[in-house]
Amino acid sequence: MDIELKGITKKFGPVVANSEINLRVNGGEILGLLGENGAGKTTLMNILSGLYKPDHGDILINGVQQNFKNPGDAIFSGIGMVHQHFMLVPVFSVAENVILGVEPTDRFNYLKIKEAHNKVKEISSKYGLEVDPTATIDQLPVGIQQRVEIIKVLFRSAEVLVFDEPTAVLTPQEVVEFFKILKTLRDAGKAIVFISHKLNEVIKIVDRISILRSGKVVGETIPRESSEKKLASLMVGRPVNLSVKREKKASGLALLSVNNISILNEKREPAVSNINFKVNQGEIVGIAGVQGNGQTELIEALTGNRKPSQGQFLFFNQNCTSMLPRQIHKMGIRHIPEDRQKSGIITEFSVAENLVLNTYYQDIYSKGPLLKKEKVKSETKKIIKKFDIRTSSEEIIAGNLSGGNQQKLVVGREMSNKMKFLIAAQPTRGVDVGSIEYIHNQIVSARNEGNGILLVSTELEEILALSDRILVLFRGKIVAEFDSTVSPSEIGLAMAGIAA
Amino acid sequence: MTPLNLIKESIIIDKTTLDKVLLLPLLAIFLSLIAGAILLLLTGETFFSVLITYKALFYGAFGSINAVSETLTAATPLILAGLGIALGFRAGLFNIGAEGQIIIGGLVTTIVGFSVTELSPIIHISLALISGALAGAIYAFIAGWLKAYTGAHEVISTIMLNLIALRLLDFFLRTPFVQKEGRNDPISKSIMDTSALPRLLETIDPQMRLHLGFVLALVMVLVVHWILFYTTLGFEFRATGANSDAAKYAGIRAPIIIVLAMALAGLLAGFAGAIQITGVLGRATPGFSSGIGFDAIAVALLGRAHPIGVLFSGLLFGALVAGGRQMQVTAGVSIDLITIIQSLIIIFIAAPMLVQNVIPWIFKSSKKT
Repeated sequence: MDIELKGITKKFGPVVANSEINLRVNGGEILGLLGENGAGKTTLMNILSGLYKPDHGDILINGVQQNFKNPGDAIFSGIGMVHQHFMLVPVFSVAENVILGVEPTDRFNYLKIKEAHNKVKEISSKYGLEVDPTATIDQLPVGIQQRVEIIKVLFRSAEVLVFDEPTAVLTPQEVVEFFKILKTLRDAGKAIVFISHKLNEVIKIVDRISILRSGKVVGETIPRESSEKKLASLMVGRPVNLSVKREKKASGLALLSVNNISILNEKREPAVSNINFKVNQGEIVGIAGVQGNGQTELIEALTGNRKPSQGQFLFFNQNCTSMLPRQIHKMGIRHIPEDRQKSGIITEFSVAENLVLNTYYQDIYSKGPLLKKEKVKSETKKIIKKFDIRTSSEEIIAGNLSGGNQQKLVVGREMSNKMKFLIAAQPTRGVDVGSIEYIHNQIVSARNEGNGILLVSTELEEILALSDRILVLFRGKIVAEFDSTVSPSEIGLAMAGIAA
Repeated sequence: MTPLNLIKESIIIDKTTLDKVLLLPLLAIFLSLIAGAILLLLTGETFFSVLITYKALFYGAFGSINAVSETLTAATPLILAGLGIALGFRAGLFNIGAEGQIIIGGLVTTIVGFSVTELSPIIHISLALISGALAGAIYAFIAGWLKAYTGAHEVISTIMLNLIALRLLDFFLRTPFVQKEGRNDPISKSIMDTSALPRLLETIDPQMRLHLGFVLALVMVLVVHWILFYTTLGFEFRATGANSDAAKYAGIRAPIIIVLAMALAGLLAGFAGAIQITGVLGRATPGFSSGIGFDAIAVALLGRAHPIGVLFSGLLFGALVAGGRQMQVTAGVSIDLITIIQSLIIIFIAAPMLVQNVIPWIFKSSKKT
């Protein structure tokens, strides 16, 4: 099945999200769709899946014009979406999830679960999507859950499959598996749209690439004729330097030492058990690992937001194990939280209010009970300028900024006043290429100034680009330690719990 | 929709959408008046008598100086308690307990009002008001402490504290110290004249009940506005209410904020009770709070948890109460209609989509601008 978008335009008020977009995907082909946040990828996909109606422009399937009134129409026409965040019921079995909404029933409305099992088995063997139809979702690893999502759309007879950032949650090994599946699907004649911001993956797997910028298609190319650097500058609209310059620096004293720390999670199960490490002056220590292996709890403990059940940690040789977040902040420890929307910013607050979120009480911003609003304004204007936060005014609410600018806001707040140590968790998650470059440079220059930096990231690329030393966290334990010359596959194995 | 989501939706005010912020409450009021009219027609009233009913409602609220005086008198405790609830909303707390806090505040004020003698009016009034407000604060503090240190949800605990307050009132009204001499029914002694709030319009007509409490309520509107938007404490309240995770990460200590916000909310509700006793009632009786604490929740929601909004929605609800009495007398329509209209307003506020579906054309035209 071939699908074609012709002159698609979609406006939201004065904002043009998509402008005269032309795209074509043929059956048996993978199209890579690249673009920064806010480039219009999501809007385009929502139009394709029937969620939005374009202002004008046509969607053609095999040359026949379509008119989707709702997502049901799009699914009926053979378009299937695999979302970045899975839409699965965790306590249901694989087969139950697959049939959800289109349950096969007999004439007494009785669920034919056997038939569902067989159908799942049939699809999985046809496309190499190995999975047990009776397994419960919440017991499956993320990579397998993704397969269930794929089976789901295939079960609905999808001929066009749209993947939104499909590799964001996978380990390197799972990515390899996933790419095999993609190729099988392609070879079976499906048309595939692969949305990603990971340039190396796009180059590796797709047949053709379309690049979106500010709602327009600004380039079309094939991997053979392109490079990561070329693609990045097309996306951003200016030359981008992807590799960060790091001069080798002799590391000095230990700024952070973690001694035998164990931490329990919300359910009072061990999340981190008995780990030890040090971060020295002028050093970036990267903690690699698939999400959910204790990173969150470790960061919460180090920032005073969760009490370790055992052990202690010292910043600058001072025991901080039982300190409150504000006490730790006062010692010069800065924190870029892993989820900016959840714990980094307050979306209903203005940019200025967000920029003083953890310093508002200091003498510079307050006098007795009063908040010095004028001072907050003038100081935050400086930070906005220095950290290149794109906003029309400091009084705009932070929720209206793009993801990249929200992240810059957090980075600006944390790195603008005197610091000695930075805990950066997923510092570039969901951030466009231009901002990634900027944030990475900030982190490296903080290191070069002699700060200690603990970088926690699930993006292997990021860990490799920045870290002087790499620790791999797996099920709450440090299972491997590498220096910066390590190969990605070695780390990948350790991340999957397979010791080298 | 959970209560907290409702609050969040009602609080978020972007400066650019101020017209929309005003639009929804106004449409909600308009729609509920129409729904009330339909209801009257369904009960067999003629179109003409519906007009008479609403005319009486309007005249009772604004038709004369006396009507305005009644409107403002009824609005005073609603504004004060509504401010307390709005402040709680801002800090992420759903305080259902204003009713209980009003009762406890009013009761303590009554006791101070009749038992302390030989004080000059200024000192006696201040003492009575302050002790009532503090009593409300202490009473609300219990719910705040329970939430902060044991995790008990404030909606549950404040509902329970309301029931306890009601029974405590009944109990005290029958103790010899509080009960009026020579009475068998539960009624308190009357407060001293020295602790009664002066009436403002006595020179025009001694019947007019508008009292100094209204001015104090206006002052509290400004004070709460100042606390919320100009102090570091207000910053902490709003941060905790809008995103408790981010506030915690920024070093704001949620337990302290919860206890403080709850106590301040109770202070304002207790103050409302104290003012009702010293300004209007003069003594405590079993149902003296008359649901003000619950109406105040509606006032805070309609006012979108903004002090200025609370002022206007408090005035509106005061007008409905005062006008409703007139309506009952002149048009013979039960005052229950007012309760229905008030409830409908809240339903329309809580379900903005409903309003948009009933009158879509207004929203279409406002989208273009």
